[in-house]
Amino acid sequence: MTQEAKIEFKHVDMTYLSPERIVHALRDISFSVKAGEFVSILGPSGCGKSSILSLIAGLITPTSGSIYVDGKPIQGSSLKIGYMLQQDYLLEWRTIRKNILLGLEIQQKLTRESEEFALQLLDEIGLSAFANHYPSELSGGMRQRVALVRTLATNPEILLLDEPFSALDFTTRLKLEDLVFETLHHYGKTALLVTHDISEAISMSDRIIVMGKNPGHLIETIELPPSLRAASPLMSREIPGFQYYFHLVWKVMNPDDE
Amino acid sequence: MMSKLFMVQGITPEHSRYLKKRKRRSILILICQIFIAFFFFVGWEIAAKKGWIDPLLFSKPSSILALAAELWQQGELLHHILTTVMETLVGFTLGTIVGTAIAIIIWASPFLSRVLDPYMVILNGMPKVALGPLFIVSFGGGYAAIIAMALAISVIITTIVIHASFKEVDTNYIKLALTFGAKKWQVFYKIIFPASFPTIISTLKVNVGLAWIGVIVGEFLVSKQGLGYLIIYGFQVFNFTMVMMSLLIIAILATIMYEGVRWLEKAIIGNRK
Repeated sequence: MTQEAKIEFKHVDMTYLSPERIVHALRDISFSVKAGEFVSILGPSGCGKSSILSLIAGLITPTSGSIYVDGKPIQGSSLKIGYMLQQDYLLEWRTIRKNILLGLEIQQKLTRESEEFALQLLDEIGLSAFANHYPSELSGGMRQRVALVRTLATNPEILLLDEPFSALDFTTRLKLEDLVFETLHHYGKTALLVTHDISEAISMSDRIIVMGKNPGHLIETIELPPSLRAASPLMSREIPGFQYYFHLVWKVMNPDDE
Repeated sequence: MMSKLFMVQGITPEHSRYLKKRKRRSILILICQIFIAFFFFVGWEIAAKKGWIDPLLFSKPSSILALAAELWQQGELLHHILTTVMETLVGFTLGTIVGTAIAIIIWASPFLSRVLDPYMVILNGMPKVALGPLFIVSFGGGYAAIIAMALAISVIITTIVIHASFKEVDTNYIKLALTFGAKKWQVFYKIIFPASFPTIISTLKVNVGLAWIGVIVGEFLVSKQGLGYLIIYGFQVFNFTMVMMSLLIIAILATIMYEGVRWLEKAIIGNRK
């Protein structure tokens, strides 16, 4: 199992300390994600979903337990990992072209080839005409697409998506879900999506990990059928099984309702 | 900017009327501004000539012009102006650079930032002008003491304002850089510094004014040259024409410098958005 798991959590506990209080964010988290898999972590706000991503990205270290990427314990940030935040956080003083090169600059991987790859990605998401524009000239959806390109430009193997669609309006959101889904499948990336939106989790992923809060813990893992996995997010909402899984996940998340 | 303001060829007739109205208003404002200056100087001249104000104390524009012309021909005036301008420019550039450098150091070390915090508060509260005698004994009676004064007045406030702007940068931008594996200096160089650049430029504007205070006070205390010296000298020999002339020249130069910084700000920040 350890050999083929791309990401693996083993009994991870996370506690945040501040002068006023102790926050027990995660309790005994164990799961794994296979290479090329798209997994969603679904849960109410405050259940520590984002902490899981920060742990994988090496931004924070667990209080106890261990986390492995490709079988090796995490040490600081890894070049294998790309992170998409809730908002685009494009740098307003850089053009779109310069924005998508940020990661390459920081990782000192900016070459003619890598720049060309980034610009090709920008072209694929249909924004190459805006390369020399500033972020303030773009709409919210366009900006988040640029953020996707910025993340993919460093060619990470694993993508951590921290509710990247939550700040967008519904139509833009569906279109972007499709775009991210197709792009990640096309490039064979492993993805971990954090969301509190049941439909989004079902339509995008192969597997859903449902979390509860106080402290954050795993409730259940739900495997989705091949039909739902294969369909794009927009199409999968039309598949009959979609409603069934929606109710299933709903019940797992709200066991007291019935 | 002026050409845009006075343009009346609109996109539609309605737009043209709107532009015309704006243009009329701008012209009216300009006329009023010129009138205020005109009445001020003419009124001053008349009041002094008619004896409504004491010309010995308040002088009059014609005497000021005559004195300025005389000193200019002797080559003295230009020398005084250049001395003061040079001191101000050096003081304000140093104040900004040193203040920014200290801000960078305490940003990089939150520990040092907390250690130095009470001292920053004390130094900021301290009236820097009171340090004058110390500067004179440390740096002598020349340029160095005057520039030290200009630096002392601007450096602490520059540090505080710029450090605050470094800390105000949305932590999510820092998180973004960290997810790419950025080192601390990269976070600073790629995110913090460019994000705070507008603040740094705007402290330049404040520092121009502060450097003028430092330089003039410095010249009051030690100098044998410069516009501040002319004011003190004029006061001591009871030549208030000289005092008024110096004040007017300072007003003009300070305005030019401030506008220069504004122009610089536009040139640098303007093409960002």
